[in-house]
Amino acid sequence: MTKVLGERPKALLDVPLHYCPGCTHGIVHRLVAEVIDELGIEGKTVGVASVGCSVFTYNYFGCDMVQAPHGRAPAVATGVKRARPDNVVFTYQGDGDLAAIGMGETVHAAARGENIVAIFINNAIYGMTGGQMAPTTLPGMVTQTTPYGRDTSVAGNPIRVCELLSSVNGVALAERVTVDCVKNVKAAKRAIKKAFEYQMAGKGYCIIEVVSTCPTNWGMSAGDAIQWLRDNMLPYYPLGVYKDVGEEGKE
Amino acid sequence: MAEKVLMKGNEAIAEAAIAAGCRHFFGYPITPQTEVAAYMSKRMPKIGGVYLQAESEVASINMVLGAGAAGVRVMTSTSSPGVSLMSEGISYVAGSDVPCLIVNVERGGPGLGGIQPSQSDYFQATKATGHGDFHMLVFAPSTVQETVDLISDAFDLGDKYRMPTMILSDGLLGQMMEPVVLPEQKEPVDNKDWAAKGHQGKRAHNVVNSLYIEPQVLEDLNKARFEKYKKIIETEQRAEEYLADDADIIIVAFGASSRIAHSAIDMARKQGIKAGLIRPITLWPFPEKIIKKHVDHAKVFLSVEMNMGQMVEDVKLTVESKKPVCFFGRTGGVVPTPKEVLAQIVKLNGGDY
Repeated sequence: MTKVLGERPKALLDVPLHYCPGCTHGIVHRLVAEVIDELGIEGKTVGVASVGCSVFTYNYFGCDMVQAPHGRAPAVATGVKRARPDNVVFTYQGDGDLAAIGMGETVHAAARGENIVAIFINNAIYGMTGGQMAPTTLPGMVTQTTPYGRDTSVAGNPIRVCELLSSVNGVALAERVTVDCVKNVKAAKRAIKKAFEYQMAGKGYCIIEVVSTCPTNWGMSAGDAIQWLRDNMLPYYPLGVYKDVGEEGKE
Repeated sequence: MAEKVLMKGNEAIAEAAIAAGCRHFFGYPITPQTEVAAYMSKRMPKIGGVYLQAESEVASINMVLGAGAAGVRVMTSTSSPGVSLMSEGISYVAGSDVPCLIVNVERGGPGLGGIQPSQSDYFQATKATGHGDFHMLVFAPSTVQETVDLISDAFDLGDKYRMPTMILSDGLLGQMMEPVVLPEQKEPVDNKDWAAKGHQGKRAHNVVNSLYIEPQVLEDLNKARFEKYKKIIETEQRAEEYLADDADIIIVAFGASSRIAHSAIDMARKQGIKAGLIRPITLWPFPEKIIKKHVDHAKVFLSVEMNMGQMVEDVKLTVESKKPVCFFGRTGGVVPTPKEVLAQIVKLNGGDY
């Protein structure tokens, strides 16, 4: 007798993903889809795709999708959620989208306590456009637009989004996770599930920051990228819960 | 017969939108549209609607995009600099075929400009609202009553054609009070099968999107959209004619400046000068058909605008150099007087083009 050990989540459509080998988007997509399946909410979920590598999420998730202008996903999601409060609404945004061009929309959606979930992919670089400096690019890190390494006296400092948002009233959950090993993948899924559950309980804005890799634009193999993430990204972006209003709490 | 009430233009905009079944308003404060948002913030919570003040016009138009994509009747109102900030979002709205209403209560520009009435966003509204190949239906009311009537049409036609629509008002129409008969209340309808509102397990997912990475797909889509525009150009042109049939001098003017032109034409007629008016009600589509009817008998056209000369270009394109097309305008928030316009008519009547 055949035993099924794992299946594609139903909320993840059976289409080829366009992501580069070793990119962690695929893992995070799967986790989001598994959570949607487990909560049985695909039929009432609306996802908001942002601009960047993850723009094509609208082709991958089985729920209804809206594609937002660069950085505007929190505003678009606000519109969807205010129009359809019974729907479950999430954004899927990269670091350039969320923390550079969309920082205003992000902070204000958070401050309003919008009942939406932001899945935030932090890989410290603009992937889609070919590897430019992101708001989360580490000091000294070489990118296409910091060819001599990010000089913080010229190019400014990386932004720690979860820490920043943890001070904002309206945020119900701000947690930073990664997907470099099985243990952390499982922890990431728990965080994503909690965020969706919090939204369904009406607790407010939830953000799950996933510290991610970009082997292509980092110029590394997939394995080296994971190791580089552990050695360089995690010390600057420590994993953990930065804000959690808890089961009883509400923002 | 419904009761006449005295209402400020901006408040009438808000009440008319509610009457048209709009229950979602997103906006950001700016003069001189202030009363639209203030009125909405009072009314919406009492009728189960949504009023939300966004952190910027950039955000408010994207909230409009989200709510429109989710299939509800939605609007924003702003004034000239605000439309500049919204132009990115309006392009996405158009590229995603999402209906919504944008009200522009125009003020003087460019830059921060001024807060007095102006019509200097004609180009922006009809030709350059944002990047890419697209149009909005643009309505230019000239009275508070007409503003009220056009709001309902703008929502309905936006839904029919799945596109953004604009009411191009100005600080004069927005701030003035006039008697109006409000339309009957329509209940909100929820019947958009293309909307992203959750598939409930009953259909494939809906995607509201403006990204098409394959050039051929994008070209085909743009061509299909322009087929729709062609139909709109054919069927939706609107203009009012006043004493135009026998006129030698035809003024083309919309909105506030058309009221002034109207007075100047009455004064000219008393002097025995055959002047008439064509008042575009739709700015896009531009009412070419109605203007073309008068090209043979008119000796000269005069475009009167509260700007440095914008619609005059469309009048020239329509008249096709068959007759002279002149321009008179005041700008920066200065409203022309009927006497100034009359002086232009008298000058043209003397053959001084």
